[in-house]
Amino acid sequence: MSTHTEPHAHHGGPKIYTANLFALLFLTIVTIAAASFNFGSANVVIALAIASVKATLVALFFMHLVWDKPVNAIIAIAGFLFLGIFLMFDFLDVTSRVNYLPNNMPQMQNATPAPDTMNPLRTAPPRPLDPAPAAPAVQEEHK
Amino acid sequence: MEPAVTSGARIGDRPRPKKNYLNETKGFKSWALTVDHKRIGIMYLIGTLTAFLLGGIFALLVRLTLLTPAHKIFGMQVTAETYNRFFTLHGAVMVFLFIIPSIPGSLTNFVLPLMLGAKDVAFPRLNLASFYLWIVGAVMAISSMIIGAVDTGWTFYTPYSTTTSGTVTLMTAAVFVLGFSSIFTGLNFIATVHKLRAPGMGWFDMPLFVWGMYSTALIQILATPVLGITLVLLMLERVFQIGIFDSRIGGDPVLFQHFFWFYSHPAVYIMILPGMAIISELIPTFSRKTIFGYRAIAYASVSLALVSFIVWGHHMFVAGQSELATVVFSALTFLVAIPSGVKVFNWLTTMYQGNISLETPMLYAISFLMLFAIGGLTGIFLGTLSTDVHLTDTYFVVAHFHYVMMGSTVTAFIGGLYYWWPKMTGRMYNERWGQVTAVIWFIGFNATFLPQFILGSRGMPRRYYNYLDQFQPLHVFSTVGSWIIGLSLFMTAAVLLASLRKPADAPDNPWGGTTLEWQTSSPPITHNFEEQPVLEHEPYDYRPKAVTH
Amino acid sequence: MSTTTTDVQSHGGHGDHEHNPYHQHHFTTMEQQFDTSKLGMWLFIVTEILLFGGLFVGFGLMQHQYPREFIEAHEHLKQVIGGHLMPLYGSVNTIVLLISSWTMVMGVNAAQTNQQKKTVRFLVLTIILACVFLVIKYVEYSHKFHDGLLPGIFYAHQSEDLIKGTHGYATFFAFYFMMTGLHGIHVIVGIVLLSWLAIRAKRGDFNSDYYTPIDLVGLYWHVVDMIWIYLFPLYYLIS
Repeated sequence: MSTHTEPHAHHGGPKIYTANLFALLFLTIVTIAAASFNFGSANVVIALAIASVKATLVALFFMHLVWDKPVNAIIAIAGFLFLGIFLMFDFLDVTSRVNYLPNNMPQMQNATPAPDTMNPLRTAPPRPLDPAPAAPAVQEEHK
Repeated sequence: MEPAVTSGARIGDRPRPKKNYLNETKGFKSWALTVDHKRIGIMYLIGTLTAFLLGGIFALLVRLTLLTPAHKIFGMQVTAETYNRFFTLHGAVMVFLFIIPSIPGSLTNFVLPLMLGAKDVAFPRLNLASFYLWIVGAVMAISSMIIGAVDTGWTFYTPYSTTTSGTVTLMTAAVFVLGFSSIFTGLNFIATVHKLRAPGMGWFDMPLFVWGMYSTALIQILATPVLGITLVLLMLERVFQIGIFDSRIGGDPVLFQHFFWFYSHPAVYIMILPGMAIISELIPTFSRKTIFGYRAIAYASVSLALVSFIVWGHHMFVAGQSELATVVFSALTFLVAIPSGVKVFNWLTTMYQGNISLETPMLYAISFLMLFAIGGLTGIFLGTLSTDVHLTDTYFVVAHFHYVMMGSTVTAFIGGLYYWWPKMTGRMYNERWGQVTAVIWFIGFNATFLPQFILGSRGMPRRYYNYLDQFQPLHVFSTVGSWIIGLSLFMTAAVLLASLRKPADAPDNPWGGTTLEWQTSSPPITHNFEEQPVLEHEPYDYRPKAVTH
Repeated sequence: MSTTTTDVQSHGGHGDHEHNPYHQHHFTTMEQQFDTSKLGMWLFIVTEILLFGGLFVGFGLMQHQYPREFIEAHEHLKQVIGGHLMPLYGSVNTIVLLISSWTMVMGVNAAQTNQQKKTVRFLVLTIILACVFLVIKYVEYSHKFHDGLLPGIFYAHQSEDLIKGTHGYATFFAFYFMMTGLHGIHVIVGIVLLSWLAIRAKRGDFNSDYYTPIDLVGLYWHVVDMIWIYLFPLYYLIS
């Protein structure tokens, strides 16, 4: 079924590896140069984009993904994909947070009281929250 | 060669080999340095069942404390710190030392290569290394319990976990080590499934048990490293106060929860997928019927693993995430129920008009179907944002996860243990007593956890050691239920251990199963098969032999 | 339901080829064994991606929380060259690692083509470059220690710009040391593995039929390089 000599030995080779190295060194110079210009918030994006190109070159040629069976590349992509999912949802949370202030903080005492959302038809103003609400099932030292 | 019957051969028709994997080599070193997946499986079985016993003892202590609102056991006062330690150690031992490693390490290790017609897993030495990592992690965890014990809850939420006294660092280091044990096991199984299938066995000819374990392994590889880094960050926060999780030094406690649950939600699918994988074997075997919807179950297994990665925020609805994030996570959580539902309906349809026999493994499988339906459905109640606001951190959550982890996974594990016991040991257990244990298990489990749904929806918070008087009757009921569970497990141990006193004369295929592990002797020879098996039929083929090929 | 036997290829079955001493018997052929080892290595690499990736995510989120402090702290990773702040150490280290990736893959290639002496040479070159990386790292770290730019509770910097009082700086340097430190540990492990490989290569263990360990350590080394490829811009080039 399999041949004696490994087919992998005929893939790659010093010429391709050396060319890849020069490409990587060139991109390194580009990214250092790009960092000295101020593109605002695009700086991070550009830097990460160039880094991703470099990483892809390392993966495809130095790590042989171009010549390997596809399953190895699928595994590698899956790793980055799920890392991306982690990053994306966390950023979604952190960037969409709104600071709610409780309505008994000192600086709010002069402001209009917050609407009583539980009973919108109540005419009496809501009373300030008790500092220690008397809840029935309280554990003494529960943390 | 084979009799033309609708069921597979029930009596082994080959001469029993004198040497099998148990007796071929003897002595401590031959087990301690083994690379045989079957021996490693047995060692994992003993180890994880011991951990189950330890976790169970902590559970009994928790339930004893809750017999009265006065938090006393036999007249002795249980302090809050002690109670915190009881439920923390119960959770940590059960999750990290038992339920995550047990089925993959024990039953899967034993059965998966056999089912694929392989001689071993892809990396046998790595397999042994996984086991030793489990041992090291277990020793570290138990040491941390003896030295000072942890009282943070198994979830280690910050900032309490970064500031409390107690051996948090040692326990988190133990879990880190156990995480690598899990990773290496998953890595091994993925490589084995990709590369070591028997000739003629394509992906859609594999048993569904293998699909389930492959999906589990995907999660082990992708999720566990994030737990690793979470624990490292937690330890560094504790020791060096780096300021990532503790708000007093500039950190974000919700960030810890994101990090933690990114692993721990997929982890619960590491727990349930192996249970489902076992059920996919038990149902067709004991219904004498081809599984309904083979591809559907296979795809459902993999998609369950993958979708499990995008719902973790449903553990954090009231933790402080943004509203947008909670809404997104809640909507995505409904997706994750679909593959589970597909599987349940396929299993039921398999049973319909099947030739069902109610041996012990099947009784556990049927219990699984009922208990998982309840567990899974109550998960949806908790995934619904609006209801979760009321139910979160109550006993409703406790009941839900025990229905899925214990009522489903452990039920399936015990069923699988009975099912493969003759293959692993060469002995048949006493069937009548086995069936008794299954009935007592079902009764005890429901007695313990069904009342907890009611307690939770009426306001009983979790992790509390006292409560309003009106909750006491249900708590007492639940505690008595826990004793019935204990009885059932004790009886199961007795039934299985008693079988070991008999000679090893179990047939190759006592159940008439169609998967390859039943084509070799019970117990198997060290190299699994005398000759390389080649697959010649579809999976779960119960058609009469005259009709095939 | 029945099984039949195949022509058992228990020992490679490559005609008159001798049984390879590294052939493990649960594999049918050496090619299957090699492919499986590579698959296993890629699976391990995924775990490394997610492990380090978690740190990158944490860093990114903390940067979002403390944008001003993080950007100011970045300046302390640069060195003054000719009156300008340049990321000298970081850039040199990047180039060193890229070249070491090249020497590594050349070493694998030499083993694949039965050039034993070249294999050893390239492995030794990789080790030397890795050591250069560590030396530069050591210089960087000693500057940080000297300036009191340390993680968490050890943060003790006194100059005007990064005063103690906001937590962002201590957190930045905590992440700096965690990520470059963990990366450095991986470099050290890599040096150990490469040394082991060089010894084995000198002994003549590797040839075109069997070079799996070199290939796998090579993959590991490229991952170490890849992590630095991402670390470099995030830490040294942001301003």
